Amino acid sequence: MFDQLSERLQSTLSEVRSRGKLNESDVDAAMREIRLALLEADVNFKVVKAFTKTLKERCLGSEVLESLDPGQQVVKIVNEELASLMGGTGSELAMASSGPTVILMAGLQGSGKTTACAKLAQFFGKQGKDVALAACDVYRPAAVEQLVTMGGRAGAHVYERGTEADPVDIASWALGEARAERRDVLIVDTAGRLHVDRDLMAELAQIRKQTRPHDVLLVVDAMTGQDAVGVAESFAEVAEFDGVVMTKLDGDARGGAALSVKAVTGKPILFASTGEKIEDFDKFHPDRMAQRILGMGDVLSLIEKAEQQVDEDEAEALQEKMRRDQFTLDDFLKQMKQVRKMGPLSGIIGMLPGMGAMKQLKDADVDERELDRVQAIILSMTPQERANPGMINGSRRKRIANGSGTKVQNVNALVKQFDQMRVLMKSMANGRMPTPQQMAQLAGGNQRGPRPKARRR
Amino acid sequence: MATSWQEIVDLGSRSPSAVATAEAEAPEERRGVFKRLRESLSKSRQALTEEISSSLFDRIDGETWELLEEALILADVGAPTTAAVVERLEHEVESGAVPADGVAVRDRLIEILAEVAGTARAPIDLSAEPAILMMVGVNGTGKTTTIGKIAWHLSREMGLSVVMAAADTYRAAAAEQLETWAERAGAELVRGEEGADPGAVAYDAINAARARGADVVIVDTAGRLHTQSNLMEELAKVRRVIQKQIPEAPHETLISIDATTGQNGLRQAKVFSEAVEVDGVVLTKLDGTARGGIALAIASDLGIPVKLIGVGETLEDLRPFDPSDYANALLAE
Repeated sequence: MFDQLSERLQSTLSEVRSRGKLNESDVDAAMREIRLALLEADVNFKVVKAFTKTLKERCLGSEVLESLDPGQQVVKIVNEELASLMGGTGSELAMASSGPTVILMAGLQGSGKTTACAKLAQFFGKQGKDVALAACDVYRPAAVEQLVTMGGRAGAHVYERGTEADPVDIASWALGEARAERRDVLIVDTAGRLHVDRDLMAELAQIRKQTRPHDVLLVVDAMTGQDAVGVAESFAEVAEFDGVVMTKLDGDARGGAALSVKAVTGKPILFASTGEKIEDFDKFHPDRMAQRILGMGDVLSLIEKAEQQVDEDEAEALQEKMRRDQFTLDDFLKQMKQVRKMGPLSGIIGMLPGMGAMKQLKDADVDERELDRVQAIILSMTPQERANPGMINGSRRKRIANGSGTKVQNVNALVKQFDQMRVLMKSMANGRMPTPQQMAQLAGGNQRGPRPKARRR
Repeated sequence: MATSWQEIVDLGSRSPSAVATAEAEAPEERRGVFKRLRESLSKSRQALTEEISSSLFDRIDGETWELLEEALILADVGAPTTAAVVERLEHEVESGAVPADGVAVRDRLIEILAEVAGTARAPIDLSAEPAILMMVGVNGTGKTTTIGKIAWHLSREMGLSVVMAAADTYRAAAAEQLETWAERAGAELVRGEEGADPGAVAYDAINAARARGADVVIVDTAGRLHTQSNLMEELAKVRRVIQKQIPEAPHETLISIDATTGQNGLRQAKVFSEAVEVDGVVLTKLDGTARGGIALAIASDLGIPVKLIGVGETLEDLRPFDPSDYANALLAE
């Protein structure tokens, strides 16, 4: 709804350019847009109020008033201010100098504590640490089993004593065991609790007292609304948490809760949980979160994802092939598989700046089945056909369609599209950007309008 | 006037034998419900209560509307719905349709909020035999717990025979959690292996229900973020598998929304609804300080009504939703 703050600010402030000067009412109009965007992102109302006040002062300063493109300038300032409010970069967990580092996890029900515990265990495990988990959620049915299963997957040892024992006792006992067994890290999972539940909050304080954790982490759901602040304040009082784990960031929630919690408690967001799998967990990047809240995309995360998934040598070789116009259907298949490894396409599109605003793209369910079909078609071709699609004549097309469970039209469309793509790639590899028409045709699949001349140079 | 379980559930032609006994104790209980909801909604005096005290409307001017706007936004009602409500009230006061008197304005505000909250109100349709109820939602919103409590009410209070399908085959120990609830509710549980096809579990459960002549099948599904298109497709498939057995099923599909959820709740409801045609919302965890205002946005924007609310841990704390109680409690002091 308020996706493209940047775009909206541009249009709000666009007439200013013709007048050449920004006045207070222009800035007020811009502030209104920013306020709505932040509220839509679930940034706490009071934080928004204070924030726009600071912002307004800066926007009335000379850096904006005298800039050629005030819209862009305002966006830049908003981005900077948000990032600094979110806590700059690089906060770290405190680690024990000797004996196990104890980390206590707390949060509301359903915020994702148990999963976060296992993910954190995996995170430390990857650093070669010997990690153990303590199962202190004796209330939710089957919570202990869940931790045992997930801890096992993370390669961590789980200390559990069923659901009859007292959580405080379990925690102390687990700490004793962790010391005796010389574990590097002990992560204590606790039951979800409402911050207004006195008994359970007292229990949490007791666990804290008994285990004297090096770090207390509050687990916060990225989808939390205005109440995030109240929750964080209560937990800060009782559990004196040191940092926050943001969960469910793989959804499309803007995560304004993160900003609010940081702004109100001053505690940094340390980790972000970004997917169903146990390895979908990493350090938190405040600057990227600022851009996400503003609907400005997350190119850095995308690049990082690509780096993890794409073999650099292979990418280099592909690039070379494109330049020489030797790109084959085999290469295309390989590339498609790599892109898909990065996750569902709709997610990837969401990370691109500006894409949020393009309604047709944002709401487009990128049809993963369509991609499956394309894969099946290519896999039904012989190596010769993949290397030289020009040889695919009518009878071959029929065979390929039969082999892949598709229709001849599908095969035709693929071959045609591939041809166009090749032309495009060649020009891109040679440093020329494709024309918008070319892009549209490639994206559209079913081309309308003039076809590009698919002649080789 | 609180809504009772009997009113919120449409049992069709089934004999209401067990229902009658429950009705007998109703009046006493009803007052209790109201009180409880109000208590749980006003645990924190920081949110709405502070902003919308009766004194807010003593002097009505621009600031009044601004403060009202703030209060609704803090309750997670969201900017568009808030603007609509405030504009309407402001217009009615300015045109003289509502007297510019503190009490009258406040009463009218409650009416408007109740009206928005009550958009597209409908009972939970369990009239078919067997009736299939499917529960969907994002991870951690309280699906399994809600299902356990629904089963308990249907089985222990209304005397229906209930089969639960543990079609959350993904989350570790989800079936065990449901098993505990099935025991409490006296319901039968049908489960598959961890990682089994959720559609197959639903299929087996419906078969079992038919063989035993059970009244209701409740299908639990794995929590999933609405942005995961493959998982949403899986959910649509579970629905299709159910429809192969009973074309008009599931007769009721409920989405659980955590009351602490912010504006993303709207997206959740929209995307789930596109995948599986959601009939109603269960607003969970209203016993915190969150007001669950996102439910107003969901009702007014998408026309999906809230049917049940969770106001605490106990079985009785899962309650039929009553729009005017809710609106009253939102503004309670």
